[in-house]
Amino acid sequence: MSLKVALFGITRDIVGTSVIELPAPAPATVGELLAEMRKQYPALGELRSCAVAVNNEYAAHDHPLRTVDEIALIPPVAGG
Amino acid sequence: MTPHLSITDQPIAVADALAAVQTDAAGAVNAFIGTVRNQSGGRPVRRLHYESYDSMTLTQLGHVVAQAYEKWPMLQEVAVVHRKGTLELGDVAVVVAVATPHRAESFAACQFIIDTLKQVVTIWKREEYEDGTEWVAAHP
Repeated sequence: MSLKVALFGITRDIVGTSVIELPAPAPATVGELLAEMRKQYPALGELRSCAVAVNNEYAAHDHPLRTVDEIALIPPVAGG
Repeated sequence: MTPHLSITDQPIAVADALAAVQTDAAGAVNAFIGTVRNQSGGRPVRRLHYESYDSMTLTQLGHVVAQAYEKWPMLQEVAVVHRKGTLELGDVAVVVAVATPHRAESFAACQFIIDTLKQVVTIWKREEYEDGTEWVAAHP
C-alpha cells in the first residue's frame, strides 16, 4: 500500500513538491507518517507544529491511514 | 440560515458580505475586516501571499460557524470570505459578518468566529519583505 500526501506552505518548500508519494510499505497511522516524514526531511521537525489532515479533518496520531484517504501535512496556520 | 463561506483569489467586496447577512429578523450586523498591514513585528512588509487548502478550509470554516450557532442560538446569518493569492498593502484579507437580533451577541459571535478561524482554518501566509519572504508562525 502506498500513500499520497499533499503539502502546503512551508512543508511544500521543505519537501520541494506539492504531493509526495510514499511507496509500500507506507506508514499505517498518522503518527508513523509524521515520524517517517521527519526522518526523510529533518527540517519538518523544526516547525512550531505539524498536524496531519485526513479527508479534510485534523487527525490524531493513532488515526489509521488508507490509500483512498486524502492526506495532507498541515504546518502552523496563519489565516485571518 | 446556510452560512455564506468562500475563498477567493479576487478582491473581496465587503458590501456583498454585508448584504449576504442582511435579514429583517436581525437588528444588528457586525463585521470584522482584516486588512494587509505595512509591518510585522517592526519589519516593513511589502505584500502578502496567502495559500489555502480550499476543501479543508471550507470544511473547518463550516465547523467554526456551526460552533457559533450552538453558542449563540439567536445567531441569524453568517458570511465569511477569505482572500488567497497575492495581496497588496491595504487589501482586504478576510471579512466576517454576522447578523443577530441584538448587538451584544453580534460582537461576541463575530469575535469568536475570527479568533477560532485563525486557529484552525488551513490558510498560510507568506510575508514579503525588502530582502526576502517568510512563512508566518512556521517556526518557534
